[in-house]
Amino acid sequence: MILATVSERQELLARSKTIAMVGASANPLRPSYTVFSYLRTQGRFEVTPINPTISAIDGVKAYPSLAAYAAEHGAPDIVDVFRKPSELVELTREAIGAGAKAIWFQYGVVNQEAIELADRAGLDVVVDRCVKVESARFNGGLATSGLNSGLITSRRRS
Amino acid sequence: MQDRQFGFATRAIHAGTPPDPVTGSRVMPLYQTAAYVFGSTEQAAELFQLRSYGHIYSRISNPTVAAFEERMASLEGGLGAVAFSSGLAAQLGVVLSLAQNGDHLLCSQNIYGGTVTQFTVLLKRLGIETTFVPVEDHNAIRAAIKPNTKLLFAETIGNPGGTIADLEALAGIAHQAGVPFVVDNTFASPYLCRPIEHGADVVVHSATKFISGHGSVIGGVLVESGRFPWEGGRFPLLSEPSPGYHNKVFTETFGEYAFLMRARAEILRDVGAQMAPMDAWLLLLGLETLPIRMEAHVRNARAIAEFLSKRPEVEWVSYPGLASHSQAALAKKYLPRGAGSIFTFGIRGGRDAGRRFIDALELWSHLANVGDMKSLVIHPASTTHSQLDDEDMRKAGVAPESIRLSVGLEDLDDLTWDLDNALKTACHPEESGCHPEESKDPEAPKGRRRVETTK
Repeated sequence: MILATVSERQELLARSKTIAMVGASANPLRPSYTVFSYLRTQGRFEVTPINPTISAIDGVKAYPSLAAYAAEHGAPDIVDVFRKPSELVELTREAIGAGAKAIWFQYGVVNQEAIELADRAGLDVVVDRCVKVESARFNGGLATSGLNSGLITSRRRS
Repeated sequence: MQDRQFGFATRAIHAGTPPDPVTGSRVMPLYQTAAYVFGSTEQAAELFQLRSYGHIYSRISNPTVAAFEERMASLEGGLGAVAFSSGLAAQLGVVLSLAQNGDHLLCSQNIYGGTVTQFTVLLKRLGIETTFVPVEDHNAIRAAIKPNTKLLFAETIGNPGGTIADLEALAGIAHQAGVPFVVDNTFASPYLCRPIEHGADVVVHSATKFISGHGSVIGGVLVESGRFPWEGGRFPLLSEPSPGYHNKVFTETFGEYAFLMRARAEILRDVGAQMAPMDAWLLLLGLETLPIRMEAHVRNARAIAEFLSKRPEVEWVSYPGLASHSQAALAKKYLPRGAGSIFTFGIRGGRDAGRRFIDALELWSHLANVGDMKSLVIHPASTTHSQLDDEDMRKAGVAPESIRLSVGLEDLDDLTWDLDNALKTACHPEESGCHPEESKDPEAPKGRRRVETTK
């Protein structure tokens, strides 16, 4: 299903452990590196780059394809996508083939056919969102930068 | 975690301030510190590269200030906010986030004098030109947009004249030309009007006024909607590699957060006009009572406007909350809960009567500020514009008889008692024992009462 609400995204992140990041770059200037580095240093997730052009990022082994990743690690909880919209249908098929439980399309990574394909295959789908930003919304990160987390609570965060 | 959309009063009290996770403190602690210890060299590097969230140095961010920023973003319906040391600093922050040498700004001419000076003197020296256009002249605004125009700027309620900007129409004109619409919402506060709901892209405030509510803090804040498409070439400061930040492309790295991240990580960092933590703490306290204060402000303001409308010593009252005002329809549309509590009226007898009126007041404070719990008054002709003769003053948009009120929360009877005394002293000096040297218009004291809708 397509996850449109804040709580659906929070629950997805809470129940997920492994993230296969398709298109993760080793270039520190690229947004995908920023997200990879953030998630890795936070320590909440096991993040793995999926990129046939590199062997590793910051010492974390990269895999050439989702299939190669799944053969070694099993199905990823989330496939996080940093690829051109034109490549998304094929990529979504690969994610389904790898048994991914969810597919997350980053900012500007939008292809309606791919979204519907993933939805029909039973994957949870997040569209045009950043996994770093959503993660930071719930761990207090956004609030340190004056960004509107949308969270109102009188419960003490553990 | 719930998806509930909480109401305005709840957010005014809670947004940005969950219980402190370390101590459980229910009130937002005052983090009075200049800097923050890094957890490791790796974490420090992540923070400096903007790859991780956290505090480095209070010139860039501070937990107490961040709580204020998040609450303002919540109340205005924005994606996020950046606080500054004053309202003027906040709007400079908006301009510097979008414009550079050779660029052009379009600005309402029905606007605070300090903004006019900032744009026409300071920004002009930096190579940024501004065209001023009457905020009601939509054709002139449309015609004045140039290829290098970076923003359209207006005030929800203009200072001091009270002209209301037709926000939806102006947002439409700006967006059609690919330009963001920036609104100074100081005189309305987010309780009376939320410009982002009417199409604005960035909102700025002098937090000194209703946000503080108590006249105890100088502060400013910008709030951004996160909706404006900064890509496409008109805003290279956001969409091209930034030499100020490791050649990052803000739109690519931060998506909808591009503007807010650049405003903080480059502009606030480099200008150094950050808000003090103590000031943010006081502003958080002030915001908790914003809804009930604004209700009381507009109630008193309407009563004072009606009181003045009936006085023979008063030539005109310019309060858009009065049904007779020429902008009453716009006021109803954009300010349904009330047209604020700051407005002008004209005293019969011009500049001299204005001076006598101010001198005779006992309870109203004569000072250069607005949006306080205390009722405030200023007579531009004898203060801010006293160096001008009547003709030059009118050219500057200020009538010699014009008096600006900021109606506070004292007992209405006490406020009208004070106004009644001062009007009598100013306009009937022979009855009050005051004998001014100046010759007076013999018709003035008992002249025909005239209440105009605009001046």
